Amino acid sequence: MASINDDKPRVILNEFKTTQNIPSVLDQTFHIKTFKKNLRVVIVRLDNLELEFDLIGIHPFIANTFRRLMLSDVPSMAIEKVHIYNNTSIIQDEVLAHRLGLIPLKADPRLFNFKVADSGENDQDNLEFELKIKCTRIKDENKDSSRIDDIYKNHSVYSKHIKWIPNGNQAETFKEEDVGPVHDDILIAKLRPGHELDLKLIAVKSIGRDHAKFSPVATAFYRLLPDIKLTREVEGEAAERLQKCFSPGVIGLRHLKDGRTVAVVNNSRYDSTSRNVYRYDDLKDAVIMTKIQDHFIFSVESVGSMAPDVIFTEAVKMLKEKCMSLLDELEQS
Amino acid sequence: MPIAQLAGNDPSEEKSKTFVFHDEGHTLGNVLRCVISSYNDVEFCGYTVPHPAESKMHFRIQMYEGRAIDALKRGLTDLVKMCDHTIEKFNEELISFKTENQLNTEN
Repeated sequence: MASINDDKPRVILNEFKTTQNIPSVLDQTFHIKTFKKNLRVVIVRLDNLELEFDLIGIHPFIANTFRRLMLSDVPSMAIEKVHIYNNTSIIQDEVLAHRLGLIPLKADPRLFNFKVADSGENDQDNLEFELKIKCTRIKDENKDSSRIDDIYKNHSVYSKHIKWIPNGNQAETFKEEDVGPVHDDILIAKLRPGHELDLKLIAVKSIGRDHAKFSPVATAFYRLLPDIKLTREVEGEAAERLQKCFSPGVIGLRHLKDGRTVAVVNNSRYDSTSRNVYRYDDLKDAVIMTKIQDHFIFSVESVGSMAPDVIFTEAVKMLKEKCMSLLDELEQS
Repeated sequence: MPIAQLAGNDPSEEKSKTFVFHDEGHTLGNVLRCVISSYNDVEFCGYTVPHPAESKMHFRIQMYEGRAIDALKRGLTDLVKMCDHTIEKFNEELISFKTENQLNTEN
């Protein structure tokens, strides 16, 4: 057990319980100076839609607040009102409207205002779209074909059929590809000859607390960094068994010069921290499974309107603004 | 807009107070509680959302000495500083990550 007595605060996953090597980080007093000293940020992976980064040296309540903010307090745009002029398809009006609401839009919410009641026509707080489509039968060509594409025109309504209608001077500030649906292949409805949709869609800005469709993230979650240590050498068949107890890539097999194969920890970061290893009596004592208590691995998956790193900074700014406005009010009272 | 308000308090009692936050919930409540309850002169700090359908959060502070409102102000100021520092550190890392990766793709 000597190897885990370093200064890192750890949760130790035993067979039936969890223990800690030093008193919980929760008990440490929060001090802004120590926070500044301890905080480290490491970005691990970043692309257009996904971000994985580590926040090291923070308290769990701060991590959780950031997560909650990203999920339900960072605004985004979504279709909120659907004016149905004609709907002769088999999908009911309210179901159709709900489906349309869930389509992610590319529009950057930072460029819009929140809709206030009775603001009337305003190009600052809404986006207007139109969905006009009619299904018809294709005559004579390919008479023998039974392929649906050969028989009917517009038999499937996709998000690419949604057309943007600029309001006011929106046409100067935005381009169609900046505001429309993120994906153009989302199936909205299926039509048959004679079926018709004629809709006006109005998108507004709101937050995830209001409705999940306004959440800018598909998921935003954190987990603690797992750390796995082997206390003794495990070789041969036992090593392969040990490897199977953990997620792929966590335990590697090293072939020694004397012909033996021993297990080594390659990378415990992506372990799912299942306790499968405790099923084997002969392996139980070979492993110490721990998690670092102040090392948070955040995963942010954007829905498409904002880059994931922007979503995180917006979330932190949100908390700051909340606190600032509350401070202002306290000063005034 | 959220309004910090006092509910059913004895106005002469500055040490212990309950504040009512409108349009706030666990997001702000928990982080603020944890920050304030770690101060040495705070005897007790807790929060509750009395009813999930009402967007209100009750926030209680009891002090050993000093005024409860000062602890609340201190907590909020600390949170602002915390946010500033986090954004700063995150942006630093973001810039270095981006430049590093561009170098990697060029190589």
